[in-house]
Amino acid sequence: MCTTCGCGTGEVQIEGHDHHHGHDHSHGHDHSHSHDHEHSDHDHSHEHHQQGQDIHYGTGPAHAHAPGLSQSRMVEIEQNILGKNDEYAKENRRYFTDNAMLALNLVSSPGSGKTTLLTRTINDLKDDLSLSVIEGDQQTTHDADRIRETGVSAVQINTGKGCHLDAHMVGHAMANLNPDKGSVLFVENVGNLVCPSAFDLGEAHKVAILSVTEGEDKPLKYPDMFFAADIMLLNKIDLLPYLEFDVEKCIEYARRVNPDIQVLQVSATTGEGMDTWYQWVQASRQLRLIGRSDILNADKPQQMVSV
Amino acid sequence: MHEMSLCEGILQIIESESKQQQFTEVKQVVLDIGVLSGVEILALEFAFEVVMRGSVAEDATLKINQIEAQAWCMPCSETVVIKQRFDACPLCGSYQLQVSSGDEMKIKELEVN
Repeated sequence: MCTTCGCGTGEVQIEGHDHHHGHDHSHGHDHSHSHDHEHSDHDHSHEHHQQGQDIHYGTGPAHAHAPGLSQSRMVEIEQNILGKNDEYAKENRRYFTDNAMLALNLVSSPGSGKTTLLTRTINDLKDDLSLSVIEGDQQTTHDADRIRETGVSAVQINTGKGCHLDAHMVGHAMANLNPDKGSVLFVENVGNLVCPSAFDLGEAHKVAILSVTEGEDKPLKYPDMFFAADIMLLNKIDLLPYLEFDVEKCIEYARRVNPDIQVLQVSATTGEGMDTWYQWVQASRQLRLIGRSDILNADKPQQMVSV
Repeated sequence: MHEMSLCEGILQIIESESKQQQFTEVKQVVLDIGVLSGVEILALEFAFEVVMRGSVAEDATLKINQIEAQAWCMPCSETVVIKQRFDACPLCGSYQLQVSSGDEMKIKELEVN
């Protein structure tokens, strides 16, 4: 079973990764209480509630014990339900930072043109940058196959019934990808504007892609995603003459949800505006490289090992 | 959203706590769920019952504290309550709001035996 979501055992498939991971997190905490309870000889008609060897009556809901009443206790948990995912995300983030990598999490609804945009981006940038891709889909390796046609290494994660990628899956996919230091990793999430917003993968930025063939009010309909994203690519702008899509309104809606969001208008088909996106990728990557002379000196495009 | 997945996460935490804190039955699970977390309460309640079946929390009741969303309005310099992320400030109508709470999604406490 994947860490935080209920994709179910055996549902997640990571290409090149066919062994099973038993999630066995054992904790070595010993909670022993050393209270000595002296009991006189009368018969207890109530249940004894034991913690290990010891009996504790002071931890009930009322922090007291009333004879004959069932003894239950409150356990303060204060744990984030997605805490496990966040731990894995932290590990991923540390890995990306150590290797001065720029990891981008591409999110959108299905059919926004994510894979087309990514394929074009790769073809235009692969001579300058070392790139790798993690593809998330419920089924099929179609997208990873499309990426691999560009010559860049890609790993497909099939989530089975899952609606999003989680940090644990990405961590395992990284082990298969073995990307270069200072490289750029694109994670193409499952086409879904809802769930992926809540799952941190350890990425530097979430990149939301919205196409003009969708409604301009999508940022308001799916606010969580546009709130979580740092940049929005408004794709398919070559189709604007044929559509009733109010670009200004769309951008205004996005800023209502997230005043900081940067918006770039692009067409992955004609290439219009794509240079602004490439500038953004390059600049974001440069930020990761500041102070990393160890990597800058070895910063040449290298042949990626294919998986 | 993915209420089923969230319940799997809740169960995972409960099971690891049951080992650490040595309990064998959970009577009540108390959650803090913010109104901006995207969690559908009805779906969560349904999924909870299904997911907890056969576990230490099989008979547990679910109590959900819904946490209201607050935001800091810059023009007003005040904390205001909002219903959704894109709400305007109820006092001045500005969208210059910084959401400060409401996306909570955590297990607060368990009542256990």
